Amino acid sequence: MRKVIDIGKYIENGVNWLTDNFDGLFNFIKVVGNGAIEGFEWLLLSIPFYIIIVIFTIIAYFKVGRGVALFTALGMILIYLLGFWVETIETLALIFVSTLIALVQAIPLGIWAAKKPSANKVIRPILDLMQTMPAFVYLIPAVLFFSIGKLPGAFATVIFAMPPAVRLTTLGIQQVPQDVVEAARAFGATNRQILAKVELPLATKTILAGVNQTIMMALSMVVIAGMIAAGGLGEKVLEGINNLDIGLGFESGFAVVILAIILDRITQALGQKGNNERIDKLKKIFRKK
Amino acid sequence: MATEDFKIEIKDLTLIFGKNKSNALKMLEAGKSKAEILEKTKCTVGVNKASFQIKKGEVFVIMGLSGSGKSTLIRCLNRLIEPTAGDVIVNNINITKESNERLLDTRRTEMSMVFQKFGLLPHRTVLENAAFGLEIRGEAKNERLQKAQEALDNVGLQGFEHQKPSQLSGGMQQRVGLARALANNPEVLLMDEAFSALDPLIKSDMQDELLDLQGKLHKTIVFITHDLDEAIKLGDRVAIMKDGIIEQIGTAEDILRNPASKYVEAFVEKVDRKSIITAGTLMFSKPTVVQLEKEGPGSVIRKMRGIAADALPVIDKHRTFMGFIWLPRVLEAEKLNKSTIEDFITTECPSVYEEYTVEEMLPLITGTKSPIAVVNKENGKLLGVVSQTSLIIEATRFNKSEIIELKEQAKEQ
Ligand SMILES: Nc1ncnc2c1ncn2[C@@H]1O[C@H](COP(=O)(O)OP(=O)(O)OP(=O)(O)O)[C@@H](O)[C@H]1O
Ligand SMILES: [Mg+2]
Repeated sequence: MRKVIDIGKYIENGVNWLTDNFDGLFNFIKVVGNGAIEGFEWLLLSIPFYIIIVIFTIIAYFKVGRGVALFTALGMILIYLLGFWVETIETLALIFVSTLIALVQAIPLGIWAAKKPSANKVIRPILDLMQTMPAFVYLIPAVLFFSIGKLPGAFATVIFAMPPAVRLTTLGIQQVPQDVVEAARAFGATNRQILAKVELPLATKTILAGVNQTIMMALSMVVIAGMIAAGGLGEKVLEGINNLDIGLGFESGFAVVILAIILDRITQALGQKGNNERIDKLKKIFRKK
Repeated sequence: MATEDFKIEIKDLTLIFGKNKSNALKMLEAGKSKAEILEKTKCTVGVNKASFQIKKGEVFVIMGLSGSGKSTLIRCLNRLIEPTAGDVIVNNINITKESNERLLDTRRTEMSMVFQKFGLLPHRTVLENAAFGLEIRGEAKNERLQKAQEALDNVGLQGFEHQKPSQLSGGMQQRVGLARALANNPEVLLMDEAFSALDPLIKSDMQDELLDLQGKLHKTIVFITHDLDEAIKLGDRVAIMKDGIIEQIGTAEDILRNPASKYVEAFVEKVDRKSIITAGTLMFSKPTVVQLEKEGPGSVIRKMRGIAADALPVIDKHRTFMGFIWLPRVLEAEKLNKSTIEDFITTECPSVYEEYTVEEMLPLITGTKSPIAVVNKENGKLLGVVSQTSLIIEATRFNKSEIIELKEQAKEQ
């Protein structure tokens, strides 16, 4: 079929203009970003693997339960034995940094959208677009701006993973019962006090559900980012595909699945009440001492 | 009355919801109705030129049907809703013209609000909830928790401090709401259907408790309800609202006796008058009496014959009520040739204070034919007499079955 309208051309022009004029800025971001990611990687890798496993297991035990704790311990040992420890840590670091960057933007944006219906009208379709665009597409501007490596990986991940956090923050704030907000206002609370003392605490559960989704989406994107040399498990999967190495493909795939389940269960439990019993018990024990 | 005596003064307060406020306001000036304005401008008139004053220490009740604008009106008092026109004057300061900071200050120190849906923070304990207002105005933690504790003690919630609101019953949650308002020690309490969500029994308890507290604290209370019985029980004065207009203001009894419009009348009809009409209004205030020191049997018999009564109230020279003298007993005294009827008076007879209601007086007439004496609370002076007939008439107008029951009880005795 013949092409009548050429949107791609405009986008390409726009991207080119940006790379031509803001080359310095992109370089700066790349250096700082890479530094952060690699620094975090280095930090995690300098801790012996068994300590990290123990830490994750303890968190899983206290936040979720015995079953998930057991799964976490066995799963991470398996990853170690498969020889994917370094790649897993790389992936984890990339997820962590991307999620952090995504949340730092998403939560204020979500609050803004909740407060201003007009802002929401603009933000919503953009979020729809960001979420439905095939994930691979984000790799293109990432590479154009930052060439290949970890930072462009993080860049694409941030874009892809941000929407649920924005949406659920907005939802969480909008769901706060109006009568509670009104009561706070009647007692002379400023907008800032209402946000800090009423809205955010009451929206926490929903916002954390958004954080969970963002982390899961970050994980899926980080694997895809293996295609632009972001490192980690993604590259192992890609290697398996490229060499038609079924064994490697499945092994690294398993590692991703294990990591996904661990992260999902733990972050899901963060927002839920009732799982804090063990923590309360622990607090009591410490208080006694 | 001088303006200084008013705690809150409202002048021509108008509130219009919607976009086309100025047009709606013009139509309102032209005397158009709420329905017309809604149709033409799509604006809802919440409050329509309300003017009234609330005295310091008064419980002022605003009542009206759903949608009559009660909530809107009370929210104009602390500007949770910005009035479209008119003035709200609190302590001689025009709230409607205050800057935002001053407004926050007023909300923090001068007026506290209690809500129908409680509006408690679910993630905080009862104590932290009660301290919320103080936290907002920046009081130190220890200080505010102490004040909150006192407020909780005041509403009878000691022992529940560390529970979450969801662990409490509705009545107890509203006590927290009340404690939160009281902890701020405001001069004015705004209560929007504060007890409407509660079960009838708990509601009645809370009303009693509010009256108790008010007896101690003497706040100025603006209380909203759509329950006339509640309005009567709590209100020193009651304002009745319809379609944003204040239809009538007065004491409960004023309104019951002289409803200003059909709307008010319709309201009043539903009410149980037995609980409002008092001995003071029902009594015959210049009864024929017997003056104990002056009058002997002969004079009493003549008086009784004159008005065809078979019992008369007896008073001493200070007008203090002594009891009733019955015809058979006077005749007895005359036969024995006594000069005074002192030993023949029936002192065991019903007597009440002015504020007793018909409801409270009804049980007194079982088993006796005696009229009821109304005496002054302080000095025991006779103020008047309520005859059984007028009591029964007042009561039977509204609930016959109960009277029949009472009469049957009387027969059995
Ligand atoms: N935010 C709003 N926007 C538009 N109209 C409103 C708004 N709030 C209230 N109204 C309208 O204003 C009028 C008065 O409402 P208000 O809530 O003050 O009544 P109310 O007397 O408190 O009733 P209820 O007993 O049901 O609480 C109603 O006609 C209502 O529909
Ligand atoms: Mg209301």
